[in-house]
Amino acid sequence: MKKTHIIGIMVIAVAIVIIMSSVGDASTYVSFGEAIERADDGDMTKVHVVGRLKKDDQGHIVGMNYDPLVDPNYFSFMLVDTNRYEQKVVYFNPKPQDFERSEQVVITGNMQNDVFVADKILLKCPSKYVETEIKDGKTASL
Amino acid sequence: MINTLIGDIGHAGVIVAFVAAIVSSYAYFMASRTKVELSGDDSWRKLGRWSFYVHSAAVMVIIFTLFNIIYEHRYEYYYAWSHSSNHLPVHYMVSSFWEGQEGSFLLWIFWHVVIGLLLIYSSQKKKVWEAPVMGMFSFVQLFLTSMILGVVIGDLKIGSSPFILMRDFMPDTPVFAMDPNFVPADGTGLNPLLQNIWMVIHPPTLFLGFAATLVPFAFAMAGLWKGKYSEWIKPALPWAHFAAVSLGMGIMMGAYWAYETLNFGGYWNWDPVENAVYIPWLVLVGAIHTMIAYNRGKSGLKASFILLIASFILILYATFLTRSGILGNASVHSFTDLGLSGQLFTYLAAFAVLSVALLIYRWKNIPTSEKELTTYSGEFWVFIGAIVLCLAAFQVLFTTSIPVYNSFLGFIGIESNAALPADQIAHYTKFQLWAGVAVAVLTGVGQLLWWRKGEKGTFVDAITLPGMLTLLFASLVIVLSKMGMLHETMDNPKFIILLVASLFAVFANLSIILSLLHKKVTLSGGAVAHMGIALMLLGILFSSGYDNIVSQNTSGLVYSREFPDEINRDNVLLWRNTPTDMDKYTVSYHGQFQEVIGVPGYVNRELLWPTADPYTSIARGQIKVGDKVYFEAGDTLEMYSPENTFYEVQYKEREGDKVFTLYPRAQVNPNMGLLASPDIKHFANKDLYTHVSSIPDPNEEKDWGELQEYDLAVGDTIILNDYIAVFNGIERVPQVPGVAMAEGDVAVQADLKIYGERKEYHAHPVMLIKNEMVGRIPEEIADLGLRLTFLSIDTENDKFKIGVNASQKDYIILKAVEKPFVNLLWIGTIVMTVGFVMAIVRRKEGKSMAKAKARPTVPQETRRQAA
Repeated sequence: MKKTHIIGIMVIAVAIVIIMSSVGDASTYVSFGEAIERADDGDMTKVHVVGRLKKDDQGHIVGMNYDPLVDPNYFSFMLVDTNRYEQKVVYFNPKPQDFERSEQVVITGNMQNDVFVADKILLKCPSKYVETEIKDGKTASL
Repeated sequence: MINTLIGDIGHAGVIVAFVAAIVSSYAYFMASRTKVELSGDDSWRKLGRWSFYVHSAAVMVIIFTLFNIIYEHRYEYYYAWSHSSNHLPVHYMVSSFWEGQEGSFLLWIFWHVVIGLLLIYSSQKKKVWEAPVMGMFSFVQLFLTSMILGVVIGDLKIGSSPFILMRDFMPDTPVFAMDPNFVPADGTGLNPLLQNIWMVIHPPTLFLGFAATLVPFAFAMAGLWKGKYSEWIKPALPWAHFAAVSLGMGIMMGAYWAYETLNFGGYWNWDPVENAVYIPWLVLVGAIHTMIAYNRGKSGLKASFILLIASFILILYATFLTRSGILGNASVHSFTDLGLSGQLFTYLAAFAVLSVALLIYRWKNIPTSEKELTTYSGEFWVFIGAIVLCLAAFQVLFTTSIPVYNSFLGFIGIESNAALPADQIAHYTKFQLWAGVAVAVLTGVGQLLWWRKGEKGTFVDAITLPGMLTLLFASLVIVLSKMGMLHETMDNPKFIILLVASLFAVFANLSIILSLLHKKVTLSGGAVAHMGIALMLLGILFSSGYDNIVSQNTSGLVYSREFPDEINRDNVLLWRNTPTDMDKYTVSYHGQFQEVIGVPGYVNRELLWPTADPYTSIARGQIKVGDKVYFEAGDTLEMYSPENTFYEVQYKEREGDKVFTLYPRAQVNPNMGLLASPDIKHFANKDLYTHVSSIPDPNEEKDWGELQEYDLAVGDTIILNDYIAVFNGIERVPQVPGVAMAEGDVAVQADLKIYGERKEYHAHPVMLIKNEMVGRIPEEIADLGLRLTFLSIDTENDKFKIGVNASQKDYIILKAVEKPFVNLLWIGTIVMTVGFVMAIVRRKEGKSMAKAKARPTVPQETRRQAA
């Protein structure tokens, strides 16, 4: 066998390892129900959950807890997933500043001791980068 | 009044540039045909060239008009309104030029024009390559200018014009129904994260790299097309080097910007937008290696074709990823979707199909070398190196494309919910670490074999000294890490392997540089660049593998009894003026500061009296730095960027007497929440990286306690919030900042002296009688959490009523990380760049030498042209 063939086989082998391993590492978007099932099966892999914050009739966020004076590294809130399932989420970091204004929240993490422990929070804010309205305060006719 | 003329000029420029690109590519295509070439007919080539000149001039006009729109604050144009504002300094206007997609396309187009003109100029003497290469350039320009064309034919929108007027962009806004000539008075400004000097130079460098990648690709295509299968390598090689160094520098500038401005705590986050450029860079570097190997050993031609085509298509793929909106949730900083995804995909597909088809069509004709490379030849190891680079690129590509698979499966009707790995850093590191090890070992071995001409005996001699030095230094580093050089002992076997490999690469390449110094300095470009890479690997290893969170929180474990161990508690709350112990430092937070034009450093907010215009404020006391007085009390001050607050954080070593102050920055942005940027203290062996991770919500009204009233006579002493305060009396003040005093108006201020922990404060609450109405201007001492109000005067008893509210003191939540030896990464980048530049110089020299040699062999030259 020529050396190039050996190298070729090795390259293919490494490529297969890369693909298999990347597929294994890839996370999925799931509901809280599935996240709980996974945790019950002892599967501690981290998943993505998309949800909205729980709000009362006046539009106030319910069940949010962040008191930096007690513990700056503990933030908990209630998230409602697409199946309308409510789940307490804990984030061991300071509360993201624009959290209240976000419409949609994507969290990654897993269920531990009946709470969802998030290690990343991605906020989808209304018009985060694109302004679609002209603000009144800033306008003047010339 | 709306100036529509300038936009019309710009838009006309785009159309001219687009049409000229069509004409130029067609004419150059015609000129490249063998029949035309043989006939000696120059007219097609001249037409192509002149069309390209017209195209270039039109592009300059577009750039000038767009910049003029931004510079003159013409907010009737959407681009100026959405990317700029009145107070933006000129150098940031430059960055707002390319903040939007259209502007960044223009930047790319601009570099193609510059490089294209250079290529035309340099082919004045040797005309062989001009027509096919420039034909490819014009063809690319055709696609790029179409992206900013802004023409709508029926339902089909081609390109997004930067010259669109506000009223055309948002026709539904009521204000335009009332007054079509309405012009906003101010723009919405440049994204504050991009207001950074690196964002002024990073995009041009990166796009220069993008543009330069086209040159070797165009040469390769021309070579395939014209059947000059190997002659294209020599002119393309310096350009390939140039593209790789520009891209590499661009990537690292972006990394440095992220390190300095964003607060995720590092220089690289494996965000799809970062990966998108990293992938083509790896492949391009691989292509350079096969091209160099072909130059020497005449094998690797097919690989060079494949890799150059791949690198260019990957650039287009990167463009598609970052601009089409396909990344969606997966990236935090891709461009806004302009609805160009169809056009972007066409661009990508056109070049992918075209180049791959041409390669397959010509595949059989590409000459190959029959000889088998021996294990002791440099070329063999160069090939292995290229393979490693490509595998590393493939791994990043495969994962980064996950959102694309979702979209594709969704497109054909299969629902897919795959997401990027939850822990991206762990995922990529798992592979890229070993790629780094392989690259480091191969640079050492490959370079040694390359210069020793592949003899076994001399190779063993050459490798002995670097190998011994490596083992010596590696043991030394491990021992030193045990003695406290790093905060933990180096005992992770993976990291030790990377350390050994990188050190070996440093010493092996160093030995080559030393041996080449007496021959010819420019020959050692490769070794210098490789040493730079090895230094970068060392910098990454230490700064990322052994970073140390200084602000580890050890108190306040109230909520999380359920998770006592595994949770990292990385943030510490600092009360204003209350020192807190953190790692080996005592850290204290001393208040909020701002930047004032004309004053070096930062000015305490307590000295600034805000006015209705956020860009001006009034000095409440003398502003001095050191002994120099910059402003007196009552002076009007201009603010540099009022939305930014700097938090003074003082570090004091507990053992030792080193004291330093950092000013991490935060800005509460109405659209983007808290934008915190770190401040970094650079030491020779590490960086101390500090950022604010949360502050009390500034939009929330402060929770002032109940009003306490005190009846005071001059000289009375009271206790306020645990501080001693002395009432010194009252005085009449002629002027109150921000209030126009009319005749008959009276203003009186009380003077209280309060003894704080660190210094004395003077509080001057004002009582104002204006138009026979009583007004009160309270004084707030944020340091002490006090607000004093002058309530009333009892003239009979000479008593004065002062109201006091106490509130919670100000605080910040802080995160601080030590990054050991991160300097090695930046030094390595510079060394790598120097190496690349040396190599470019050398290739240029090599080319002119080869030309000089080739000149006498005229028959060969004519034979080539006939082919």
